[in-house]
Amino acid sequence: MSEQWIFALEVTLNGLMAGVLYALVALGFVLIYKASGIFNYAQGVMALFAAMTLVGIMQGQVPFSHVINALFGTHVTHFGWSVHGFLAILLTVVVMIGLAWLVQVLVMRHLVGQEPIILFMATIGLAYFLEGVADLMWGSEIKTLDVGLPQGINLWIDETTLNWFGYGFFIDNLDIVATCIAALLVGGLVLFAQYTKQGRAMRAVADDHQAALSVGISLNFIWVLVWSVAGFVALVAGIVWGTKSGVQFSLSLIALKALPVLMLGGFTSIPGAIVGGLIIGVGEKLFEFAIGPLVGGATENWFAYVLALLFLVFRPQGLFGEKIIERV
Amino acid sequence: MTDVTDSYVTPDGRTIGGVVMEMNNITLRFGGVVAIKDISFNIREGEIRSIIGPNGAGKSSMLNVISGFYVPQEGEVLFHGKKRPPMRPYEVARQGIARTFQNIALFEGMSVLDNVMTGRLNYMKTNIFQQALWKGRAEAEEVENRAVVERIIDFLEIQHIRKTPVARLPYGLKKRVELARALAAEPKLLLLDEPMAGMNVEEKEDMSRFILDVNDEFGTTIALIEHDMGVVMDLSDRVVVMDYGRKIGDGTPAEILSNQAVIDAYLGVSHD
Repeated sequence: MSEQWIFALEVTLNGLMAGVLYALVALGFVLIYKASGIFNYAQGVMALFAAMTLVGIMQGQVPFSHVINALFGTHVTHFGWSVHGFLAILLTVVVMIGLAWLVQVLVMRHLVGQEPIILFMATIGLAYFLEGVADLMWGSEIKTLDVGLPQGINLWIDETTLNWFGYGFFIDNLDIVATCIAALLVGGLVLFAQYTKQGRAMRAVADDHQAALSVGISLNFIWVLVWSVAGFVALVAGIVWGTKSGVQFSLSLIALKALPVLMLGGFTSIPGAIVGGLIIGVGEKLFEFAIGPLVGGATENWFAYVLALLFLVFRPQGLFGEKIIERV
Repeated sequence: MTDVTDSYVTPDGRTIGGVVMEMNNITLRFGGVVAIKDISFNIREGEIRSIIGPNGAGKSSMLNVISGFYVPQEGEVLFHGKKRPPMRPYEVARQGIARTFQNIALFEGMSVLDNVMTGRLNYMKTNIFQQALWKGRAEAEEVENRAVVERIIDFLEIQHIRKTPVARLPYGLKKRVELARALAAEPKLLLLDEPMAGMNVEEKEDMSRFILDVNDEFGTTIALIEHDMGVVMDLSDRVVVMDYGRKIGDGTPAEILSNQAVIDAYLGVSHD
């Protein structure tokens, strides 16, 4: 095999791995959208919030320490203990469920039956509010997150490919783990949505509120459940992205990369989110590899959006989205 | 005859039991508009009870009070002899009161089978992990629930569309699927809001047959709202007539047909 093809193969593999990470964020959007018809702009911020909470708990940081210090003239920052990663994740899950409950009680419950655009605006508000709360609660420094996920080059792949092609592939261990986590997450979500009573109820609520009530489904409970699941997905995305690039406020911007993924995959399809993520991941890496040098590089910044625009023109429902048919 | 509490047998051989649902002096207001004014009536076990009246008489409001979608300002609702506190619609549904809607409310994105299966949600007792992983009692439970659902699908003759997404079905079949979903909950009381609205003669005949069969086979107590007088008089054991939120008649179809107040208010001129 010529050297160029081997390079392309490595780029493709790396693209697939990056795509998994995009898909992870996009999944959170799809989930809430399918279950409640709300496009949750706050999903990216929720991932940031989850990651910051996780780091904060692990390092034994005092939440709202700046506020406390300013009010009482104290100088508390840390409790002086550190929490094991696994326990901290469990605690963060509890926090995310609490957040879901608050969102439902304080915001969503009062907007039942409103236009989708109103709900969308509410989530924009929620996003900025949550970003502010995250800042106040845990501070704005960049932090490293290490819950014990392996990182660095995978030596086995490096050696094997070196023996085969005479060229060692660089594949990050974290990317491999992220792929496995994403697969588990998707498998779990599919099982949940398709086979459990709560999953069925969730799909029912998304379809028709009145009908759901008439078969004995509590809307309140289902919405808290939906936001909790979205919070959980946000936490997973936050852990993976946080480990990869540090926990910082730009993390909330990864949500923007999820938008082209969703346009490709369709807003209503879980497999769509994954395939969309993979296509964007591979597409932008290959495009950068093949065309990048001709146009001066940095194509990764815009390639995904151009692809999404093309999709909007020719196939607005995305690859897997429900076809938009209107009876006249 | 309405105050007889013990059971009796109808001329066609069905047994009508004691009172299941009792509405006492119900008054429902929307701001200044009085939708229901001081109405009392009861529903007996195993009977087909109809509520009729001109448009805007408050029939649907009445059904919504029974199913918990509206909470009346005055009066009390007794279910199985016990006073029912104000409840949310899903709590009422869990007590065994199922309903259909005037403007069909189905889960359009799901198949017919899935729609009907949602009627069984409150019968699923295994936990989320058992269901997701198909472990323990989950499989047996799903099979039991599917058996009930398949029987109802069979009964209502919708086998051929089992896997079809509901959104693709014609109006008449959607109405039937909605009935199937309500039946899947094995309700103690089934509420039908205009089950034959907008249907052609043939579809109306089918639906009438299904309502009678459901009542006969499963012994389901049914309360329904309907505009078609011929249908109502044929189906019902007893009829409540409403006009401008008041009750103006209550009794067997024969009694209603000879009730002067009803004739004045509703039947008016005969076209036959």
